[in-house]
Amino acid sequence: MSFLLSCPNCGPRDVNEFAYSGEVTTRPAETPDLRALTDYVYFRRNVAGVQREWWYHRFGCEVWFLAERDTRTNEVLRVELPGRGDEATPAPEPAIPDTPAV
Amino acid sequence: MTRLPPQAGERIDRSRELSFWFRGRPVRAFGGDTFGSALYAAGQRVFSRSFKYHRPRGLLCCSGGCANCMMTVDGTPNVRVCVEPVREGARVEPQNVVGSLDRDLLSVVDRVGGPFTPVGFYYRTMIRPRRFWPYYERFLRNVAGLGRVDKHGDRKNRYDTEHRSVDVLVVGGGRSGMRAARAAAERGAEVVVVDENPSREHPDGLELIAPATAIGVYEGGLVPVDAGSVLIRFRAGRIVVATGTLDQPLVFGGNDLVGVMLPSGVRRLVRDYALKPGERAVVIAGDDRALECVDDLLAAGVDVLEVVDFRERRVSALEASGRRGRVESVTIDGRRLECDLLVASGGPQPAYSLLAQAGATVTFDAQRGIFVPTELPVGVEAVGRVAGNLGNVGVPHASYGDGTSAKCFVCTCEDVTEKDVKRALAEGFDSLELVKRYTTVTMGPCQGRLCHLASIRLHARERELDAAAVGTTTARPPWAPVKLGLLAGRGHEPAKRTSIHHRHKEAGATMMWTGVWRRPYAYGDASAEVANVHDAVGVIDVSTLGKLLVLGADAASFLERLYPNRFADLKEGRVRYGVLSTDAGRIIDDGTVARLGDDSFYVTTTSTGAEGVLEWFEWWNAVWHMDVEIFNVTGALAAVNVAGPRARELLGRLTSADVSADGLKYLDARQAHVAGVPCLILRIGFVGELGYELHFPSVYGEFLWDTLLGYGADLGVKPFGLEAQRILRLEKQHIIVGQDTDSESNALSANMPWIVKFDKDDFVGKWALAQVEEHGDRERLVGFEMANGAVPLEGGQIVVDGRPAGRVTSSRRSAKLGRSIGLAWVPPAQAREDAPLEIRVDGRLEPARVRLRPFFDPEGERLRS
Repeated sequence: MSFLLSCPNCGPRDVNEFAYSGEVTTRPAETPDLRALTDYVYFRRNVAGVQREWWYHRFGCEVWFLAERDTRTNEVLRVELPGRGDEATPAPEPAIPDTPAV
Repeated sequence: MTRLPPQAGERIDRSRELSFWFRGRPVRAFGGDTFGSALYAAGQRVFSRSFKYHRPRGLLCCSGGCANCMMTVDGTPNVRVCVEPVREGARVEPQNVVGSLDRDLLSVVDRVGGPFTPVGFYYRTMIRPRRFWPYYERFLRNVAGLGRVDKHGDRKNRYDTEHRSVDVLVVGGGRSGMRAARAAAERGAEVVVVDENPSREHPDGLELIAPATAIGVYEGGLVPVDAGSVLIRFRAGRIVVATGTLDQPLVFGGNDLVGVMLPSGVRRLVRDYALKPGERAVVIAGDDRALECVDDLLAAGVDVLEVVDFRERRVSALEASGRRGRVESVTIDGRRLECDLLVASGGPQPAYSLLAQAGATVTFDAQRGIFVPTELPVGVEAVGRVAGNLGNVGVPHASYGDGTSAKCFVCTCEDVTEKDVKRALAEGFDSLELVKRYTTVTMGPCQGRLCHLASIRLHARERELDAAAVGTTTARPPWAPVKLGLLAGRGHEPAKRTSIHHRHKEAGATMMWTGVWRRPYAYGDASAEVANVHDAVGVIDVSTLGKLLVLGADAASFLERLYPNRFADLKEGRVRYGVLSTDAGRIIDDGTVARLGDDSFYVTTTSTGAEGVLEWFEWWNAVWHMDVEIFNVTGALAAVNVAGPRARELLGRLTSADVSADGLKYLDARQAHVAGVPCLILRIGFVGELGYELHFPSVYGEFLWDTLLGYGADLGVKPFGLEAQRILRLEKQHIIVGQDTDSESNALSANMPWIVKFDKDDFVGKWALAQVEEHGDRERLVGFEMANGAVPLEGGQIVVDGRPAGRVTSSRRSAKLGRSIGLAWVPPAQAREDAPLEIRVDGRLEPARVRLRPFFDPEGERLRS
């Protein structure tokens, strides 16, 4: 893995400066039943396509931000600082590729 | 004499003489010589013994491509001496040899053949009987591989990594590469050229790094360049690949004999090093550039017997034969010519690997029988011969060895013959990738530079396919061999030291690692340190604790949502213990939280958890958007825990603040000056005695430490280390996160139900802990006490009813209690006072009993005193 990732504060930097924290999940608003809790805690969509995800500029400005990345190509389409209410914003629907990702 | 009179443009500097050692004998060289050229000048012709058959091999490409000249130089194995510049006094040894290069005892493999010759022999031969495998393996390990790695590692050399960003990176400093570089520089771009050969002159206005090799093109256009002791990781706006072509060998009987060379090798020997490559030569080639070497041969005074251009003259049979592995004659279509040099070229193949790695498409050009790069990705450019600008190039036969009994090598690195490839195809390995994996063709040190095309041509002929249909194997980095040391970079182990570190060293402390920190294990006898804390007063440096300031109007509700216990009702000037959980209910860290004011809290974390907790807090703050600021003050503040029955007396001597039992109660937090140093005093008790944790600016670390020890000498104050602290806290059954808990542990199972406040609206981990509460847990953390003095190992097995049922997480002998005690995970049914357990100690089962309450001072009277 050696792609460049743009920190919203610092600009394009080597991906090794960042910590990846997985796809954006939505924390249940109400007390979930066991099934919903398990889904939230353990299940990820693991898309082959564009994914909205958390990154942390660990060896830089130490900011948490959101990125939209194509998990097949590591092309980063967008980065942004989290806005208010992001927790409730579901991640975009995954783009299902025609051919299996390699 | 092999060395010719001065040649125009030669690389060597005859005014500078060097010498090095080859097999313990001195060899003379000129400045600019490589070990290979100097050895050649000294009369050496056999440079290595082949991988499998131990056949003698000599210089072939002279450009660092093949494996023929690999030797061990100053302990570094597999150095291609044909391109390695001579270093004064270096020690060069041949490898893969038993005996000498000219008489290698293992060459018997080549003559006897038998079970060793066919491809895949050991997959078939060395599997039965199965119990013999250890012997087979020992034998194979011994004969397989090339060179010997120094077991103590390459400590002599220091490697560094450099990161660079340029506008244009040009790989290859030949004519086309330099032209492209100059053009870019004239347009104002910052240009760097890397070239494999040592440079003779420095081009104006361009930065040339040489000798240096681009080892691959990785994701994001990263090009790591091996510049000897530095790995430069280039990020370039544009990558220009000018890697030229690789002369391809022809496949015929005896094509690996010493004296069979590629045109590029001949050209380099003559032009660069003024060496005469032979006396009587035959040349066979099918492109103009290769045929140019005839001029070099003539200029060097070599008798050129015959030049065959296979574009004009059809050749169907070719064979070289010789004695002792050296060419003596060549037979072309039945006509025998006596010679000691055969220059044979199967045409130039663009060195497209870097382009393919960058994402270029590689297409078969049937006209010229080669693969050329097409459809380059954005930001990548191919110039010169690598782009396929080669002019008229003839296509040779896949093999000229039909009907010969001599070995026709497709791959000289791995000793793969034409017969091996045919056999693999006959056995059903009918794709190029399968043939590659079965025969190991293209998998040797040259990585297919000199055998990839030949294997494709042979494959296409045998299966009556078009070479385009056979395709190529995937080009993957590294394109050139690279030392693991270079990839690893400088061997450094970063360590954090507290501001009091030197005092510990001066006191003779044994230091140990805790995470990235160096901490005192003990200053001498740990049990004496324990006794001193129980009986008098001890001081321990706890500066390694993570320290966070959480400020803002929402600070209280922020912590309230993060911790399972309550913080909103924590009064100013009070401290509370807290355990952090994830939403899966798992314990991630613990520490104390002190309220400094209405909207300011001081949070401590474990020593190794500081960064993790900071990230955790920051993340939730990014999600929740609360009015909270989090500051990491871990490094800014030092901390010392003063503990023991005489701690109050000691502290009282150094502060005007009221530290009486009523003035500073258990779990009070007070800001006061101690010995003139502004401190936050937390009255807490991890070690179980009356204790004060002093947090203060790091700069006063040594001063306050010295003052505490100096003013408490008559009270018996002594420093204590981590081992003493571990015993003391175990007597209190205080857990250490990561020692007594793991990634499965939750606060309920860890026997801290009092910390989980289910009546709170929400907190991270609430739902999962509620599920644990409802469904019960699988195991429980409890204290135990051994019936005898045995001390089980940490990680030791708990046995209930003869079955493994849990594990010990901590165990120590407590001199104070006169017993062996510990913490362990046991089945919930066993989690009751006095429940019997058995614990495996040195293979025996030793009896123990569960203890749910602290072993020492269970009522906390001393703590609160």
